[in-house]
Amino acid sequence: MDGEELTEQETALYDRQIRVWGANAQRRLTKSHILVSGIKGTVAEFCKNIVLAGVGSVTLMDDSLVNEEALNANFLIPPDENAYRGKTVAEICCDSLKDFNPMVLVSVEKGDLSARSTEFFEKFDVVVIGYGSLATKKAVNEKCRKLSKRVAFYTVDCRDSCGEIFVDLQDYKYTKKKLEEKVECELNFPSFQEAVSVPWKPIPRRTAKLYFAMRVIEVFEENEGRKHGECSLLDLPTVLEIKKKLCEANSVSESLVPDSLLERLITGTIEFPPACAIVGGILAQEVIKAVSGKGEPLKNFFYYDAQDGKGVMEDISNSFTS
Amino acid sequence: MKSFHFSNLTNLRCIAYCSVLSLPPPMDQQQQQSAIQGAKVLMVGAGGIGCELLKTLALSGFHDIHIIDMDTIEVSNLNRQFLFRRSHVGQSKAKVARDAVLRFRPHINIRSYHANVKNPEFDVDFFKQFDVVLNGLDNLDARRHVNRLCLAADVPLVESGTTGFLGQVTVHVKGKTECYECQTKPTPKTYPVCTITSTPTKFVHCIVWAKELLFAKLFGDKNQDNDLNVRANKAASSSKETEDVFERADDEDIEQYGRKIYDHVFGYNIEAALSNEETWKNRRRPRPIYSKDVLPESLTQKNGSTQNCSATDGDDSTTVSAMPLLGLKNPQELWGLTQNSLVFIEALKLFFAKRKKEIGHLTFDKDDQLAVEFVTAAANIRAESFGIPLHSLFEAKGIAGNIVHAVATTNAIVAGLIVIEAIKVLKKDADKYRMTYCLEHPSRKMLLMPVEPFEPNPSCYVCSKTPLVLEINTQKSKLRDLVDKIVKAKLGMNLPLIMHGASLLYEVGDDLDDIMVANYNANLEKSLSELPSPVINGSILTVEDLQQELSCKINVKHREEFDEEKEPEGMVLSGWTQSPATNGESASTSNNESAVDVTESSSGPEIASKKRKLSETQPENHKRETENVESEDDDDLVEIENPMTVSKKKRVA
Repeated sequence: MDGEELTEQETALYDRQIRVWGANAQRRLTKSHILVSGIKGTVAEFCKNIVLAGVGSVTLMDDSLVNEEALNANFLIPPDENAYRGKTVAEICCDSLKDFNPMVLVSVEKGDLSARSTEFFEKFDVVVIGYGSLATKKAVNEKCRKLSKRVAFYTVDCRDSCGEIFVDLQDYKYTKKKLEEKVECELNFPSFQEAVSVPWKPIPRRTAKLYFAMRVIEVFEENEGRKHGECSLLDLPTVLEIKKKLCEANSVSESLVPDSLLERLITGTIEFPPACAIVGGILAQEVIKAVSGKGEPLKNFFYYDAQDGKGVMEDISNSFTS
Repeated sequence: MKSFHFSNLTNLRCIAYCSVLSLPPPMDQQQQQSAIQGAKVLMVGAGGIGCELLKTLALSGFHDIHIIDMDTIEVSNLNRQFLFRRSHVGQSKAKVARDAVLRFRPHINIRSYHANVKNPEFDVDFFKQFDVVLNGLDNLDARRHVNRLCLAADVPLVESGTTGFLGQVTVHVKGKTECYECQTKPTPKTYPVCTITSTPTKFVHCIVWAKELLFAKLFGDKNQDNDLNVRANKAASSSKETEDVFERADDEDIEQYGRKIYDHVFGYNIEAALSNEETWKNRRRPRPIYSKDVLPESLTQKNGSTQNCSATDGDDSTTVSAMPLLGLKNPQELWGLTQNSLVFIEALKLFFAKRKKEIGHLTFDKDDQLAVEFVTAAANIRAESFGIPLHSLFEAKGIAGNIVHAVATTNAIVAGLIVIEAIKVLKKDADKYRMTYCLEHPSRKMLLMPVEPFEPNPSCYVCSKTPLVLEINTQKSKLRDLVDKIVKAKLGMNLPLIMHGASLLYEVGDDLDDIMVANYNANLEKSLSELPSPVINGSILTVEDLQQELSCKINVKHREEFDEEKEPEGMVLSGWTQSPATNGESASTSNNESAVDVTESSSGPEIASKKRKLSETQPENHKRETENVESEDDDDLVEIENPMTVSKKKRVA
């Protein structure tokens, strides 16, 4: 957007949300550039939300072709085979998203995310990896951390009716309103590598079990060379073996990670649309907060499970061991 | 064991959905699938929550959905009501939402109604055809109405609300849980007349004055009663004299007229009020403001651009605006007294020069730019006079227009939560019903907090038929006051019927003959004790709404005096009780104060978490940290529709 002030059109369109977060925050949003990789139901919801919020640009990466599975929970893909045949998920979603807010630049970037150089990520203020492999998440997070510019890093993964969001804002300063005053605060976020390698033993018992379960699934998919969600009930024995090994290595009881939860995650690989809306909404709120520099960000994991209905924040870092 | 390949969509979807309720055996997945597929759902509201909800329902496999909404699409909706486009502005929300969703789920059945849910066509029989009702409303009135119809039809209701980053979803099943009205919800804030006309202390009082009194007097229906010239002292000048001030002769110069009005309301009226010493003994005295002290002698000579205003005759009423003519561009900018005064005069001039035909018929509309400019300026000048902080046009518009701040994300989250509860309701999985609160800041690590619903309140007058008590002056108050302030406003009845014993005092309906109507109209003007069947201390009234199938008994107690400030309505209704543990206080979000309970609570959800969990220790005291655009002092007229009222009642087993 040109100029410093919001245009009249922007003020009229964004009136209701400006009343929530203020004009300054809105201005910062309109200048922000978001990279999104891996688009299924939850990420589709996320994209819809940030486009409506009026970010500067959204760059989509997902070269998978549209098929019946992609149609599930993704309302950005019209179910017309003539329209989507031969197109990638990113291409179709791009067209739909542009419609929601013509003021946002939505584009497609082809290729493999993990093959990109560090410089590639410098163009962005926020990077979101949906349904990424362990290796990709680690590699991209490292690259983002190498840059002198702070690039906010998020991962999101929804399976069955559960979801996990990871947040890395590195060293982050923000303003918070305490009573009548504005207070300057600072948080230090651990890297993705650190956050997923935290020893299990010192982690408080009440921590969401999904944290541990997701780590088991991550290891399984990496070991077996599977793509996200490429698993079934037949894989349960292998998964349980991995769980056993991880628990032994961490000197914790196997009851830490319920078998039933692991079974749910490997059989229910299709997303549950209401959970997509919830997790996609929370993720968008976090990105908006980070871009506007306003409001306390989530640190550093968020878990949702429709079964108990809770949406919890977990702060997991090596500080447990110190 | 059957092999489930990830490309086998239908089976996996079954498993996915069945996992929500942790039903391991395959038999139950079929049950749940058929529960969703066989469900007929009613959505009330196709706005912020409605758009998200319709989309999520469609994606989740629901395929028989009816949706009611009386509104049309506006530009300010487009930041979150994503099913709508700019080209749809002016069209029916329900219809456009339906069309948009059919585009990605063409084979589902959606029936849209562009109508008010309070219309008689949506009677108990209409509601009975649905398996669950899902509300996405933005006003208390409609919510109460739907609550009563759901109770009458015995159909479960999932309620919801959002404001900014806060949201909540609640489940209401007759006989099993509280109904929506078991806990009192604060009704919109009203202000005593004298505060508005004589002793404002907050900016919102100035807005109400500018909007309901000055704007109405100048541009609204002349036949309406108007308290603008109500004097604190009894020695008021004759009403004829004051009428002359507001009347403008056809040939009177508009600017001169504007300055005359300015001087009258901001100057002379203030001086007259000051002459009553008693009023100001313990209050800050206002200062009179006259145009000659603030503005140059003639604006037409000073500013060449005012000539342009008559040159642009082609403008239609929606684009006429004072700000550009005065070089004011930014609605968030704070104007000083001079600028506000210039806007006041300029806006007034533009009304008379460009929109003369509308004068006498106008009501304030937040989307009427010129009206917003005028009201902002007038409120600010009055605020200046009374030493109250001034506000920008943006802020003033929000207050005057009762604008609710809103974002897409909260609506999306709440929509997801609604669908999850709806599925539980369809499965009749009562143990799993939850009220879920969406918080801005985590409470005990939770951003989404589920709580078990409470049992019905045995003294709820809506679902448990408790009698109410009304304290009123039976000799002075008229039946009309009872009907308007109590039966319609407080009790939320739409088409009421009032009986005293066997005597029918009042009713509405299409089937009444002229004699009956005349009779009822006559009754309205009588004081209660003068009615054909006199209503006095100890009388019991029966009040009913046949459409809502709601019947209440009211025990009348005569009382002589009422406190003008604390009980401005001159009557007090009571009788339904909160649980003893909460001291009868209702916790609500910071922008709302109950008209009766003056306690302002600063954090709804945090208080909710303190009071509900009896067995657990108190959570840390969370300060509410929000960047409100309005100043913290302000009492908005905003009606917050999801007050998190609390009581420590028994949970559903």
